[in-house]
Amino acid sequence: MISIDQLQFNYAHHKVLSIPHLEVNEQEHLLVLGTSGSGKTTLLHMMAGLLEPTHGSITVGQTNLYGLAASERDKYRGQNIGLVFQKSHLISALNVEDNLLLAQYLAGAAQDRGRIHEVLEELGLLAKKKKSVKALSQGEQQRVTIARALLNRPRLILADEPTASLDDANASKVINLLKEQAKHNGASLLIATHDQRVKDQFELQLNLSAQ
Amino acid sequence: MNLLILSWNYIKAKPLNTLLNTLLMGLGIAIILVLILLSTQLEENFDKNKRGVDLVVGAKGSPLQLILANIYHIDFPTGNIKLEEAKSLTRNRLIKSAIPLALGDNYRGFRIVGTNHDYVNLYEGKVAEGDLWSYNLEAVIGERVAKQLKLEIGDTFFGAHGLSVADMAHEGKSYRVVGILEPSGSVLDQLILTNIESVWVVHEHEEEDHEEDHEHEPALGSAYETGLPDGDEEDEITAMLLQFRSPLGAVQLPRMINSNTNMQAASPAFETQRLFSLLGIGVDLLRSFAYIIIAIAGLSIFISLFNALKDRKYDLAIMRSLGASRAKLFVHVILEGIIITILGGGLGFLLGHGLTEFLAGTYEKSSEIGITGFIFVNQEIYVLFFSISVGFLAAIIPAIQAYKTDISKVLAQD
Repeated sequence: MISIDQLQFNYAHHKVLSIPHLEVNEQEHLLVLGTSGSGKTTLLHMMAGLLEPTHGSITVGQTNLYGLAASERDKYRGQNIGLVFQKSHLISALNVEDNLLLAQYLAGAAQDRGRIHEVLEELGLLAKKKKSVKALSQGEQQRVTIARALLNRPRLILADEPTASLDDANASKVINLLKEQAKHNGASLLIATHDQRVKDQFELQLNLSAQ
Repeated sequence: MNLLILSWNYIKAKPLNTLLNTLLMGLGIAIILVLILLSTQLEENFDKNKRGVDLVVGAKGSPLQLILANIYHIDFPTGNIKLEEAKSLTRNRLIKSAIPLALGDNYRGFRIVGTNHDYVNLYEGKVAEGDLWSYNLEAVIGERVAKQLKLEIGDTFFGAHGLSVADMAHEGKSYRVVGILEPSGSVLDQLILTNIESVWVVHEHEEEDHEEDHEHEPALGSAYETGLPDGDEEDEITAMLLQFRSPLGAVQLPRMINSNTNMQAASPAFETQRLFSLLGIGVDLLRSFAYIIIAIAGLSIFISLFNALKDRKYDLAIMRSLGASRAKLFVHVILEGIIITILGGGLGFLLGHGLTEFLAGTYEKSSEIGITGFIFVNQEIYVLFFSISVGFLAAIIPAIQAYKTDISKVLAQD
């Protein structure tokens, strides 16, 4: 599903992140571990097509991400990659449903209210559909972000510290939800975290601090 | 969901900012529109009424007053001129035609003008009902006069001395309405027209204090169609509207009249131009003031977009991560500036037209001239384009910032 080859990223201060080879198959889950500053976010952003690597290639599905033109890459990301961040980052000027409509619109997908209804129902957010995102609790906001990431049926879900700002109960809920939804949608899941609570739940792990 | 709805939601999320920006924009545009509406209608009206008149000859005094009194019928006449002297002037070979005017009376605020049929033809006036006058004390009234005073053919009325409503009535001779003119958009609409002799008769009557009684036999006017009427040495008229036979008239006649006679000659073209250049200083001042307000509105839009950008950075990065291209975000921010200016433009349009209509309704003179707020002038389109480009310019720097957002950096910052 995702394959990395001879990947290298040079930071401003002579620091280098390099990953010679990495492969995650369809429907496999990978946990990227590492302390802060170890390059987890950099790797995730490169995989999402947000940050161009200095060397090497990243292939998602059959597509070489950095072989695409910038606007093509934006579109490919919108349609095939779902992103979940530590903070929820919803558009506060819009309500929950409009946030999801926006995700469909920006990805160039059809605006399908039925699909939004379905995803919100799966995540137990149906009652909040017309609510302003500012009126939601942190846990609810995080679930809306997950709903947004799943909305366009991505083939790859990338989550950057999804549990860092949550308590134990909510953290394990979110992890289960991500795993469950990835499975349900037939997507690969990649979580970058320094959260030790998550560690035991994944077989496939990449530890960046150990390099 | 589309970019328009998205931008609109951002505008709605900041109602106070939006209110301020829209008000500033609207105020500036309203002032400009009022100026445009007033000056175009005023100029149009002035042009229409001076058409076909090369020179106005009347008593000595202010040339501007002569023009305002005898062409536009808004100022008081400078005085009277002797009929004999006027007559001898018309024999000049440089003069093609001369229309005499005798002012001095009114009926409930509408001026009674003694003249001949040439005056009606000058403004291409057409009779809607009845006929033009031919006998003394027959009156033909303009459309507004008929409508406002509810006069019909056959009605009679007494003229009052002077040119404003409250003056004393001549209670001896009454005018009889014989014709009503079609609306022409010129001064004819608000005048009561009659023979020059009628005006004399009314005054004579008063001076002679009922010595004679010639009410029974209506006299046919001596020059009701064209030319100057017969009269004795004592008779006077107020002014003459002249047309030159050749451009040479413009060179020779004014100087000849002003230095060799007791009369004064004034050119409507020159005097109205002078009037507008005097008014122009005020108009220009007000207009630059309005443009300054619009510029401040633009600056205010710029500042609010630019400040919001700090909080918007994450939103923009998220939108990029959801698949939006750089160009889309650029358009998104530009649209926000443009929507605000269009709102301001709409407000300004309503305010401007409303204010013009209000002013026209408040000042009697302006409604007499025919000024209204319910008219669209082409220049307004330029103002609209101008304001939209202000919105575009105000949004362009924030939009470039949005275009350049480094998503990875912004997302990694939290």
